[in-house]
Amino acid sequence: MAETDRTVFEYLVYVSENQSPLDFMLIADHIDKFFYGALLTIEITVLALLIGGVMAIPLAIARAYHHRWLNAPIFGFTYFFRGTPLLVQTYLVYYGLAQFDFVRESFLWDPILSSPWWCALITFSLNTAAYTTEFLRGAIENTAKGEVEAARACGMSPAKAMRRIVLPSAFRRALPAYSNEVIFMLHSSVVLSTITLQDILGVGRWLNGRYYLAYEGFITAMLFYMVLVFLISKVFRLWEKRWLRHLQSHNPATTAPDRA
Amino acid sequence: MDSVWEYRNLLLAGTAVTVQLALASLAFSVVLGLVGATAKLAANPISQKIAGAYTTLVRGVPDLVLMMLLFYGGQQIANDLGSLTGWWDYVEINQFIAGVWSIGFVFGAYMTETFRGAILAIPRGQIEAGVACGMTPFLIFRRITWPQMVRHALPSFTNNWLVLIKATALVSIIGLHDLVWNASTAGRSVREPFSFMFAVLIIYLVLTACSDVGLRWLDRRYNVGVDRA
Repeated sequence: MAETDRTVFEYLVYVSENQSPLDFMLIADHIDKFFYGALLTIEITVLALLIGGVMAIPLAIARAYHHRWLNAPIFGFTYFFRGTPLLVQTYLVYYGLAQFDFVRESFLWDPILSSPWWCALITFSLNTAAYTTEFLRGAIENTAKGEVEAARACGMSPAKAMRRIVLPSAFRRALPAYSNEVIFMLHSSVVLSTITLQDILGVGRWLNGRYYLAYEGFITAMLFYMVLVFLISKVFRLWEKRWLRHLQSHNPATTAPDRA
Repeated sequence: MDSVWEYRNLLLAGTAVTVQLALASLAFSVVLGLVGATAKLAANPISQKIAGAYTTLVRGVPDLVLMMLLFYGGQQIANDLGSLTGWWDYVEINQFIAGVWSIGFVFGAYMTETFRGAILAIPRGQIEAGVACGMTPFLIFRRITWPQMVRHALPSFTNNWLVLIKATALVSIIGLHDLVWNASTAGRSVREPFSFMFAVLIIYLVLTACSDVGLRWLDRRYNVGVDRA
C-alpha cells in the first residue's frame, strides 16, 4: 500500500516537474503560505473597510449638509486621496515619514509608524474613507425630501430623523457602489506586497523568486483573488436581495470602476 | 524641498513617461473596449462568451498581478517559443510595452462595459433609419453611432481615465523609470523620501485636475443641443 502510494506521488512529482506547463506539485507544497497570505490580505482589507467606513459616515453627513467650516477641508481630504495613487500614498507614509526626526523620536514610531502593517492599515483606511465619503454623500443628498419632512412632522429631532430615516435609506442606495468599493479595496491591497508584507501577491512573488519561476506564483495568486472577488460579489448579491427588496428593478452593481 | 527642485528634470522626465504610458494604454484600452462591446452586442453566442469571460477575469484579478504575469510570464513564453522554433534569440520584454499591454488589457474590460452601455442607449430606430437611407455600416458608425455613443460614454469614460492614470503608478514596481520610480530613487539617494513622494502626489493631482478640465470641455461639446434636467 505504502509502496504504491509513494510511486503515485513520485509519478505526480515527475509529471509536474517535467511535463506539465505549471509545476502544480510545487504549488501544492506551498499552498499553506498562500492561505496565510490570503489571511493577511483579508485582515487588512476588512479592517481598513471598517475603519474607513466608520470615518466616512460623519464626513459624508457634514459634506451632504454643507457644514460651514467642515465642508471645504473634507472635500480637500477626499479630493487629495481620490486624485492620487494608493501606491504613492502608501510610500509616503511608510518610506516618507522616516525623513522627519520628530516622527522617529515620537512615541508612535516604535510600535506603529515603523511597521509596514500599521502604515498600510492607516493609508488604506484613509483612502477608502475618502471614496466612501463621496458616494455616501451622494446617497444622502438623494434622500427624498418628503421622507425627511414626514419625519420632522412626526416630531423627530434632526438627529433622530438622520438615524432612523436618512441613513438607513442612504445605506441601501449606496450598497451597489459599496460592493465596487470593497472589490477595489481588495484589488488595491496588492500594494501590501510592495512594502515587504506577505499578502497573496507577496507570497506569489516570493515563490517565483525562490524557485526562479515565471508563472506559478502569479497564477496561484490570480486564482486566490478571483475566488475572493467571487465570494464578495456573492455576499453583496445576497445583501442586495435582502436590503433592496423594496426596489422592484434594482440596479446591479455597475462594472465601471467607481473610484474617480 | 530644495532638493526636489534640484531634481526637477528627473521628475519631469518621469512625468513624461507616465503621461505617455497613460495615453498609450488609453488608446489600447479604447480599441479593446470597442472590440469587446461589439463582441458582447453581437448575436454570436461564442463572441459573447469570450467577451464575458474577459470582463469577468479582469474584474476578478488585481491589475498588478496581471501586469507581473505579463511581464515575467510573457517574457518566458516569448523565449520558450524562440528557442523552440529557433526564429529569434533571447528577447527582453520592455517594461513600457508590458505596462501598456497590461493596463490597456485591464481598462479595455471597463471600456467594454462603458461602450456597451453607450451603444445600447442609442435608439435602434436611428440605425434602422440609416440603413433605410442606404448608408454603409461605416457611415452609420461615423455619423450616427459614434457621435451619440461618445456623449453617453463620456461620464464613465472620464471615470475610467482617472482610475487609469493612477494605475500607471504600478509600473514602477516592474522597474519602468516613470514618475514614481524616479522620485523614489531620488528620494532615497538624498534621504528625503517624504518630500519626493509628496511632489509625486502633487503632480498626480495636477494631471487629474487637467484631465478633468479637458474632459468637461469634451462633455460640453458632445452635449451641444441636448437638454439637461
